[in-house]
Amino acid sequence: MKAKTAFGKNIKPVGEIWVWVTGVGLAMGLFMILFLLGVIVWNGLNYFWPKRIAQIELAEDGRTEFRGERELFGIVTMRRSLTVGNLSPDDIDLVDLAREDPDYMREMMVYTGNRDVFATQNFAFLNMGDIERVTHPEELMVLERMEWGDAIARPLELRLGTGETIPADDPEFDRTLRRKVNEVRERRSTIQSIERRQMGRINTRINREDLEIRYLRSLDERTPAQEAELERRLARVDELREELQPLELRSQILRAQQREHSLAFELVGGIERVQPLGDIVNFHLPNQMNLFQRAGWFFFKIWEFLTDYPREANTEGGIFPALFGTFVMTVLMSLAVTPFGVLAAVYLREYAKQGPLVSAVRISINNLAGVPAIVFGVFGLGFFIHEVGAVIDQVFYPRMVAINTPVFGTGGILWASLTLALMTVPVVIVATEEALAAVSRGVREGSLACGASKWQTIQRLVLPASSPGILTGLILAMARGAGEVAPLLLVGVMALAPSLPIDGMFPFIHLDRKFMHLGFHIYIVALQSPDTEATKPLVFASTLVLILLVVVLNLGAILIRNHLRKKLMSSAF
Amino acid sequence: MTHTFQQKAFKPGEGADGPETESPQPDFIKVKDFNFFYDSTVQVLFDLNLDIPRQKVTAFIGPSGCGKSTLLRNINRMNDLIDGIRHEGDITIDGHSIFDPHLEVISLRKRIGMVFQKSNPFPKSIYENIVYSLRVAGRNKRSELDEVVERSLRGAALWDEVKDRLKESAFGLSGGQMQRLCIARAIANRPEILLMDEPCSALDPIATGKIEDLIHELKKEYTIVIVTHNMQQAARVSDRTAFFYLGKLIEYDRTEDIFMNPKNPQTEAYVSGRFG
Repeated sequence: MKAKTAFGKNIKPVGEIWVWVTGVGLAMGLFMILFLLGVIVWNGLNYFWPKRIAQIELAEDGRTEFRGERELFGIVTMRRSLTVGNLSPDDIDLVDLAREDPDYMREMMVYTGNRDVFATQNFAFLNMGDIERVTHPEELMVLERMEWGDAIARPLELRLGTGETIPADDPEFDRTLRRKVNEVRERRSTIQSIERRQMGRINTRINREDLEIRYLRSLDERTPAQEAELERRLARVDELREELQPLELRSQILRAQQREHSLAFELVGGIERVQPLGDIVNFHLPNQMNLFQRAGWFFFKIWEFLTDYPREANTEGGIFPALFGTFVMTVLMSLAVTPFGVLAAVYLREYAKQGPLVSAVRISINNLAGVPAIVFGVFGLGFFIHEVGAVIDQVFYPRMVAINTPVFGTGGILWASLTLALMTVPVVIVATEEALAAVSRGVREGSLACGASKWQTIQRLVLPASSPGILTGLILAMARGAGEVAPLLLVGVMALAPSLPIDGMFPFIHLDRKFMHLGFHIYIVALQSPDTEATKPLVFASTLVLILLVVVLNLGAILIRNHLRKKLMSSAF
Repeated sequence: MTHTFQQKAFKPGEGADGPETESPQPDFIKVKDFNFFYDSTVQVLFDLNLDIPRQKVTAFIGPSGCGKSTLLRNINRMNDLIDGIRHEGDITIDGHSIFDPHLEVISLRKRIGMVFQKSNPFPKSIYENIVYSLRVAGRNKRSELDEVVERSLRGAALWDEVKDRLKESAFGLSGGQMQRLCIARAIANRPEILLMDEPCSALDPIATGKIEDLIHELKKEYTIVIVTHNMQQAARVSDRTAFFYLGKLIEYDRTEDIFMNPKNPQTEAYVSGRFG
C-alpha cells in the first residue's frame, strides 16, 4: 500500500524510469570510449617497456620443438587457451592429455627475434604442456639491429679492432660494449649528417641540373643560347660531382670504421653469429634491469620513437617524418580553412539576403560535411592536381612539363592540405555562422549608432566577439582533418618519403613535396608489413601518438580560445 | 478619426517654455506628414507632424506598441536595418531631409548619438568603448582620444568612478554605470542630438535618478529626445511631451500642460493612469 502523506497518495512521477535508461545510454558510450582509449594506451605504452627474456626448456618427449631444439630464448608475448574446435586432427589427443594436465590446452606465443637465422619467423607457438622449465638468465641480451630486426642472444665476446677480445664474463664487458655501441651510434649520425645533409644538398642540386639537362637534350634543335646553357649546366654538374667526392670518401672511411669491432653471440642450438657493431643500433639486458632502469629505458625508447627515422620499411625505428608530416599538413590545412570558412560564413550570415537561395546554400554546406572523405580525395586529384597543378606547372615549370616530371601536377602536401581544408570547411562555416548569430543585436545597433559602417561593425566588434566560436569550429575541423587518411592516398601521402616538407634547403617550405602521415603509416605498418604480428605493438604505439597529436593540437586551440574568451569578457583588447 | 491629428502641434515662437529657457531653434527637428510601414502594408505611424526644439528635452510617451520607439529610431534611420520598411512624408534636421538620397546615413548618425533601452557596451575596454565612434571615423590621435574620454566620461558623470580603470573591460561595471558609459559613448563625438530609447527601464531608482540628473545637465548642450514608459520620468526631465496612441500623435505640448492641463481626454486618461 502506498504511504499517505499530507498531500494525499504518494504517487511516483511518471517517466522516472527513463532517467535510468538515459543514464545507461551515457554510461555505455563513456565505457566504450574509455575502453578504446585504455586498449590503445596500454598496448601503445607496452611497446616501449623492456620485457624479460625467458629461456624456455621443452620436454624431451613433447610434441613441441623449436627448430629441432628443445630450448629457446624469447619474450613471452601472449598466453591463450586452445579450444577443441580449433585443434587440427593431429592434435586431437591433446584433449586427453589435458585431462591430467590442463596446460596441454594452453598455448604460449614467444617472440624469438633473429629473423635472419630463423628464416624470417619472429614468433614461436609453444604448447604449455610441453614446457619443462622457464628461467630468466641474466646474461641474455636484446640487440636492436639496422637490419633483420632484433637479435635475442647470449653474448660470447667482444672482438675489438686491435685484435683484443673481451669475453662476456669479463666484468668490463658490459661497460666496454656500451661505450663502443655509443661510439658507433655517434659515428652513424655523423655518416647520416654527411650523407643526408651535405651530400643530399649537393645531390638535390645535381638533380635539378639533371632535369634541365634532360630537357635541353630532349630538344630536337637547340639555339646557340640553349647550347651554351647545356654546356654550362654539364660543367656545373661536373663541378658538383667533384664537390661530392671528398664527402663520399669520408663517409666510406667512416663506414669502414663501423665494421672495426664486432660482437659474437650465441643463439639456441649453439649457433654462433658475429655481428659488426656498425649493424647494432642498441642493446639492453632486460633480465638485469631494476625498476628504475626499466623506467629509464621506457622513456628513452619513447623519445627515440618520436624523434627517429623509420628503418626496415617502417617496421622498426621511429616515426618522426610521419609525425612531422601530419603536423605540417594539419597546420597548413588550418591556415587554409579558417579564412575561407570565416569569409564564407560572414557573407552568408551578414550580407546575403536571407531567403530560399541562402537556405539552399546552407543546406548544401551542411551536407558537404557528410560527403565521404574519399570523394574529396578524388576531387583533389581531379581538380587540384590535374587542373590547378597542371596549370601552375605549365606557367612556372614549362621545362619540367616537357620532360614529364610534374612539380605541382602531382600529389604533394599543398594539395593534401587544401583537399582536407575543403573537406572540413563546412564545420568552420557552421560554427562561425552560429558564433556570428550569437553576437547581440544591441551591440550591432550600438555600433551603427556610433556612425560605424556595417563592415566596420563586423570587423571591430562582431568578428572579435565570435572568435571563440570560430576557434571551436577550427578545433572540430582539426580533429577531423588530422586523422583522415582516405583522401590523402590520392593527393600525395607516401609510405616512405625521401625528405621532409620543411627543411634547411631553400625555399625551406616545400609545398610540392610528398609527405608521410601517421594515419597512413599505421595502415602500412598494420597491414602491409611482412610480419604483421611483429608490428602490432608498433601500430598501437603509432595510434597512441596520432591520438596525442590531435589532443595536443586541440589543446593548443582550446587554450587560445579560452584566452580570447577571457580577454573578451574581462579585459581590454 | 477625429483625433488623427490634433491641432496642438508646437507652433514656433509661442514661447511655451517661458522666457528663461527659450529654445534657440524651436523647429530643429521637423517631422512632416510622416507615415511609416513595416512590410509595406502594416502601417505603424500615421500622419505625424511635430517640431522638436533645439537644446530641450522632448519626451515621447504612450502605451507599448504606440510607435514612439519607431519614430525615435527613424530620426537616425536605425530602422534601415529592417527589411521591407517604407515611409511617406519627411523628417528634417536643421532644414535638411534625413531621407535625402545623397545623404550618407553614416554622416547622419555621426550627428546623432543614441542610447538604448538595454545598455549595450561593446566587449572592449571602457576607454575603447568611448573612443569607438572616433576610431571608426579614422581619428586615432592619442591626445585627442584621451581628451575625448575624459570629457565624455565627465559629461556622463562617470569619470570619478572609472578614471583608474579605463583599460578594464566595460563588462565589469554595474548596470547603471554601463548605461552611463553608453551615454558617454553616445556623446563622445559631440553629436547635436541625443536619442534615448527608454534609457532607465532596466535600472534601479538610484541609477535612474543619476541618469535623470545627467539629462538635465546634457540638455544645455544637446537636443534630447527620450522615449519613456515612466510618466513621472517624463514629467521630471522633459520640457515638452508628446503622447502617442496606436501610431498617432494624440497631443504634443509643454510638459506641464500635458500633465496638468491635458486637452485631449485620452491624454488625460493616460497621464492619470486610467489606461495604458
